[in-house]
Amino acid sequence: MKILVCVKRVPDPNLRVSVRADGSGIEDEDLTFVINPFDEVALEEAILIRERSSEPVEVVAVAIGTEESDEQLRIALAMGADRATLVACEPPPDSWNVARILQQIVLRESPQLVLLGKQAIDDDANQTGQFLAALLDWPQATFASRIEVLDGSLRVDRETDAGIETVQVTLPAVVTVDLRLNQPRYAALAAILRARKKPLETVTLEGLSVTIEPRVRTLGLRGTAGERTCRMAASVDELVAQLRAAKVL
Amino acid sequence: MRILVVAEHEGTAVRMASRSALTFARSCAAATGGSAQWLLVGHQLQAAAVDAAAYAPVLTADAPALMHPLADRYARVIAQAVQQAQADLLVAASGTWAKDIVTRAAGLLGGAMASDVVAHEFGDGRLRLQRPVYAGAALATIELCGAPQIVTVRASAYPPAGPAASPADIRPLNAEAPPLPRPAEYLGVASKSRGRPDVSDARVVVSGGRGVQNREDFERLVGGLADTLGGATGSTRALVDAGIAPNEFQVGQTGKIVAPDLYIALGLSGTVQHLAGMQGAKCVVAVNRDPQAPIFSAADHGLVADIYEVVPALIEKLRKAVE
Repeated sequence: MKILVCVKRVPDPNLRVSVRADGSGIEDEDLTFVINPFDEVALEEAILIRERSSEPVEVVAVAIGTEESDEQLRIALAMGADRATLVACEPPPDSWNVARILQQIVLRESPQLVLLGKQAIDDDANQTGQFLAALLDWPQATFASRIEVLDGSLRVDRETDAGIETVQVTLPAVVTVDLRLNQPRYAALAAILRARKKPLETVTLEGLSVTIEPRVRTLGLRGTAGERTCRMAASVDELVAQLRAAKVL
Repeated sequence: MRILVVAEHEGTAVRMASRSALTFARSCAAATGGSAQWLLVGHQLQAAAVDAAAYAPVLTADAPALMHPLADRYARVIAQAVQQAQADLLVAASGTWAKDIVTRAAGLLGGAMASDVVAHEFGDGRLRLQRPVYAGAALATIELCGAPQIVTVRASAYPPAGPAASPADIRPLNAEAPPLPRPAEYLGVASKSRGRPDVSDARVVVSGGRGVQNREDFERLVGGLADTLGGATGSTRALVDAGIAPNEFQVGQTGKIVAPDLYIALGLSGTVQHLAGMQGAKCVVAVNRDPQAPIFSAADHGLVADIYEVVPALIEKLRKAVE
């Protein structure tokens, strides 16, 4: 089985991002970048499937974006991906175009399973997996919190607003993952150094015969931090009095 | 603009969140001289369609194969309905149902989609949408390129639409459901516990974080305060992962997005990811023993204290006030 895992380069989610004064984007000079945490869970799951399988499984990591994304692909290789592909593309495209590029990669690679995070923590769009499944006309299981590999299909628990839903999808399929699926392993420095020997290819949009068709035009960003001021109470009585005065109770 | 609003329904009634999506659609229809109608997809839709018709005209796609919400089938039916109705705009309430199904339909319709929209306006005749990014640390203003446009809106950002002057028509889609392959099969849902209001719809939400040490204390402190105020219980991801609170309580970037009138955060530090789920609340109250906890910069009222010491007193005081 071949598993394609999508890996997006995003700002470290533990850092607070701030918006540039002119609203043209975020202040990215002092940020560190990581694999989108949801994609990291997808990669871990692919590696776990390989470790548990009696058949050979190949895990291929794909990133789409600037050349700097090879930093995240190196980490993916260190975690356990067998090889990696960077689709060089600047600026990073919107979800629709990411899905179209992935569609071309799928046609080249013919994986049985595409695993990716349910959303990226930068644009929070939650679209790429569903778009890709629609373009490929493959079944999808979104927001996976448990994946059981069966013969030619997967049984997937999905985290929905109504509770945990279980579906069975035949392969090939697209599965988007939620954080509760697993705890990703840590890529140690030694593994990162060893992974330098693993193959990492760079392909261009021309090479994939994809031209970007923008679907989302961003006019500007505005920061939302610091819109509240907190009135501190010294006791329960004072807190209740404050809430009464504010007509909340 | 011709607008279709995909309605989520619970057997007999359209969900309140979908009526919020209708409010957005009515506003776009009014601004452009267009019309908004519902699209109901499922099986045995009669009762839900009658309820929906109180608000707007209804198109129904009713077939046994649509008994369960499987994205590949539903998306195909929705995309076909958009094409038949020649709709310019497809709208739904943002939630896991629409994120799964309507996003796939958008993939069949050319991908001009914005999710989690919280505000909109028309500028130079074009629809401008605002949506949170970076876990709500910023709001992006965007325009969609291409047609049809697909928008999911946060129910917390739009009030539910009221009924129309008189009930509207219900029309079945004359589309035969296309022959549906069966690569996906629905096996069931372990539905959530009932009792308290759902955290997504409640006017008051009381949430617990790492300061809550076990299930019993969660029930006694967080549940106790929620019951006193007639509210719902919420939690952070940390508490769900620790098995102290069930999954569907989780509020945050990866859980539910809530915007109640009153949000009370107990022993909860306020990670960026949690704040993303509750910063739309009208009033936020935080109780935490760490005065440096980030939740205080996202709150309107704060009390630096150990929740184990003050929450029982708070419950007692409020209970007396309610009586």
